[in-house]
Amino acid sequence: MTDLVHDPNNPTTAGNPDAVAHPVGDPGFAEHRPRPTDVDPAAEKRAERQIATFFGLSSLMAILFCVAYFTFDIGDDPDTILGMGASNVTLGLTLGLALLFIGIGAIQWSRKLMSDTEIVEMRHALRSPDEDREEAITAFNTGVEDSGIARRPLIRNSLLGAAGTLLLPVIVALRDLGPLPGDALYHTVWKEGMRVVNDVSGSPIRPEWVRIGQLVNAEPEVFYNPEPYDSEPIEGHHLLAEKAKAALILVRMQPDDITPAEGRENWGVDGILAYSKICTHVGCPISLWEQQTHHLLCPCHQSTFDLADNGKVIFGPAARALPQLPLAVDDEGYLIATSDFTEPVGPSFWERG
Amino acid sequence: MSTHAKTAAKPAKPSRVGAVANWVDERAGIATAAKKQVRKVFPDHWSFMLGEIALWSFVVLLLTGVFLSLWFKPGMGEVIYDGSYEQLRGLHMSEAYASTLEISFDVRGGLLMRQMHHWAAMLFIAAMFVHLMRVFLTGAFRKPRELNWMIGGVLLLLGILEGFAGYSLPDDLLSGTGLRIADGLVKATPIVGTYMSFFMFGGEFPGDVIVPRLYIVHVLLIPGLLLALIGAHMMLLVYQKHTQWPGPGKTEENVVGYPMLPIYAAKAGGYFFIVFGVTALLGGLVSINPVWRYGPYNPAEVTAGSQPDWYMGVAEGLLRIFPGWETEIFGVTISWNVMLPGQIFPMLILGGTLLYPFIEQWITGDKREHHLLQRPRNAPNRTAFLAAMMSLYGLLWAAGGNDILAILFNLNLNHITYFMRVAVFVIPPIVFWLTRRWCISLQRHDHEKLLHGYETGVIMRSPEGAYSERHLPISEAEAYYITAQEPEKVYELPAETDMNGVANRKARAMKLRARMSKYWFGDNVPRPTREELEAARLHAEHELAQHDPDGHQHLPAGGYTGSHELDGHPVDGHQFDGRHSVEGEELRKH
Repeated sequence: MTDLVHDPNNPTTAGNPDAVAHPVGDPGFAEHRPRPTDVDPAAEKRAERQIATFFGLSSLMAILFCVAYFTFDIGDDPDTILGMGASNVTLGLTLGLALLFIGIGAIQWSRKLMSDTEIVEMRHALRSPDEDREEAITAFNTGVEDSGIARRPLIRNSLLGAAGTLLLPVIVALRDLGPLPGDALYHTVWKEGMRVVNDVSGSPIRPEWVRIGQLVNAEPEVFYNPEPYDSEPIEGHHLLAEKAKAALILVRMQPDDITPAEGRENWGVDGILAYSKICTHVGCPISLWEQQTHHLLCPCHQSTFDLADNGKVIFGPAARALPQLPLAVDDEGYLIATSDFTEPVGPSFWERG
Repeated sequence: MSTHAKTAAKPAKPSRVGAVANWVDERAGIATAAKKQVRKVFPDHWSFMLGEIALWSFVVLLLTGVFLSLWFKPGMGEVIYDGSYEQLRGLHMSEAYASTLEISFDVRGGLLMRQMHHWAAMLFIAAMFVHLMRVFLTGAFRKPRELNWMIGGVLLLLGILEGFAGYSLPDDLLSGTGLRIADGLVKATPIVGTYMSFFMFGGEFPGDVIVPRLYIVHVLLIPGLLLALIGAHMMLLVYQKHTQWPGPGKTEENVVGYPMLPIYAAKAGGYFFIVFGVTALLGGLVSINPVWRYGPYNPAEVTAGSQPDWYMGVAEGLLRIFPGWETEIFGVTISWNVMLPGQIFPMLILGGTLLYPFIEQWITGDKREHHLLQRPRNAPNRTAFLAAMMSLYGLLWAAGGNDILAILFNLNLNHITYFMRVAVFVIPPIVFWLTRRWCISLQRHDHEKLLHGYETGVIMRSPEGAYSERHLPISEAEAYYITAQEPEKVYELPAETDMNGVANRKARAMKLRARMSKYWFGDNVPRPTREELEAARLHAEHELAQHDPDGHQHLPAGGYTGSHELDGHPVDGHQFDGRHSVEGEELRKH
């Protein structure tokens, strides 16, 4: 074969000065080499048997799938194979092999028995022929002209206005997706006198039960015992939403190690301090506690806060210190909050200020 | 009654298949469409199979997803679990989590389908990524395929969103933490962040509507969009015909390959069963997302080492290494530390991906149609750009698991993070430069092979004791393949540029374009011309013919005047293969 022919009417090369003669010249297709199955009837027969065997094995596996489905128990007392659920393993194996054998058989069929001669198809120009373009433009112009949209700006503009105004109902109709934020993000259920309780048992905590270096995951008592606080029981997703703001970390440090900020001198009880458990970055609950350094690390994005230094950020992507909850002890000697948090907890938001 | 003819005139008895085809064609006229498509030619190359994996795993997702939807209850109402999994019995949890446990423990084949669905989702997104890289590296996105490139980019984005929506449905502790992070991202939006969050969750996080809302997004909205766009992707592919690798007989004007029926019906159809079968084996043998181990969602709990699905790892890494920047000004808070990595960067990446074909086209000024693929080495800047992006992706991905890395390799977590903050700026440019030089070196190697043949591995020893390797010319087919790349032209500034007023700005843009075009093409090795190749061939023949009886060419010292000479010595790669004499060769004596 000689140089490629460059058709001046072809869009891929037309008007392309670089489409010069190729320096080597197209040697053309390599000679087709027959496969064993093309020339040897025995090989052809063998391939046919192989392919049929794959399809047969597939049927067998599909039947075994049904057998496994009814044979192995799941539920309370499942059958196991090598410590794994027998039902899942056998169903997966039989279904997987049933499917794979069909695939392998089909591909083997195409490779061994179907013709492997490459064929050539010419590409067509992607763009429409010029006359078609002209016809389309004429048709379009005729339609536009007929509508008179260009000549009647009043109709055109009022239609555009109507279409634009229709966006309003679309937006307004979505209003009830949720309530407005209001001041929900500024308050939690903590209030003066609310007991700090253990988040597993719900039992109140005496300062002397907390050792130096200990961390307690705590929550407000109202979640467990609403009556003293004149509250309805908080349940379901309301409980989750309140937990997402009120969850607390209680730690006890050497009082000498603590450097309270101005106005926070009396927020602790004998070295016991309480901080929001919700990260100020994007809201993960934090409780990875480094006892010796007083550092608290968020497991999601590794923001690190120094609880001896007012919850200050000392590492990571968080920007704000952890909010602190002021503590005191009630008449019966249990830890209580003396107020709500003094700032919104959790991730920052625009109007937070 | 009697008829005039003994038998009615009727066509040859149609076969049953023919009858059905006739029935359909009389109503839908399928023959006209089918005559072109049934034997449509597709070129063959292993890398064309990557997109196919994505397509088939999407079908697996549809099939397994339908199965799951028969049992899954997308509700957030609180129930007390009393199913088969003992450890969680008696706990309060959402209906969504309870029904996921039911599918996993109380429906035969349910766990298999759940795991297959999750594995297929991983495969779907991974295959789309790799397919995108294939298209990028080979220049398959060039005209006329820019549109299909953009559809593909949107498909990838939708696939990731679809994955995240599905991942959030079981309402377990891990996926709930993912939603909590999504809530933090949304809240960081300027002005409307809290409103968006409250509208999304139907009130305060977590609310009781996000799972049903994500469910309908996951099973109807995004799959519908994906189906429509995959349809458009395929139709454009059929209309434009597939790209092909250059080679003997292959031109910009033809497609060389195998016909749809029977070859690709068998190969692609068979491949669907292979993909399906592999996901079934994975679903049966390899555990994925064991939600029963995480427990129900509780906003006050989290597991150390929490990791999102792999395709979210980059976003996670960006969030983790970003410094804690936040501005409080005029009574409002701007959370750069969340907004930039969580909202702005992903949009920039998406925008850059979608626009890439047009950016490259602007630099190269190439408005031609391209149906022959480019070897990655022949587009060094493009290849280097992708390599740099891959290194960035890898770094951010590693940063997304900085806690895991710290534990695994006993490293300091803070040091890893500091390292990553610098590395994402330093390493990609180094990778870019290295890859670019590497590509150009490969081009030079190709050039050498064309002019001087390939290294045979045959070592020869001359009577003088010199060793040399014999070079032989490469095959015509290979030479044709190597030289397939058409010469490029560096964009040059128009000689006369109007330097006043508005045109001034345009002149600056044109200057930038000329500079970038020079960088783009300037170091490429142009393919040898026909004359150069001919000269090289004659040269080799001439040298072989000039041999004296002792098998050597005898040149006076310093007498060599060929095109590859240094101080009169030949340095053309033949000096030690027995074609030249070695007398007077100073180099030999050392």
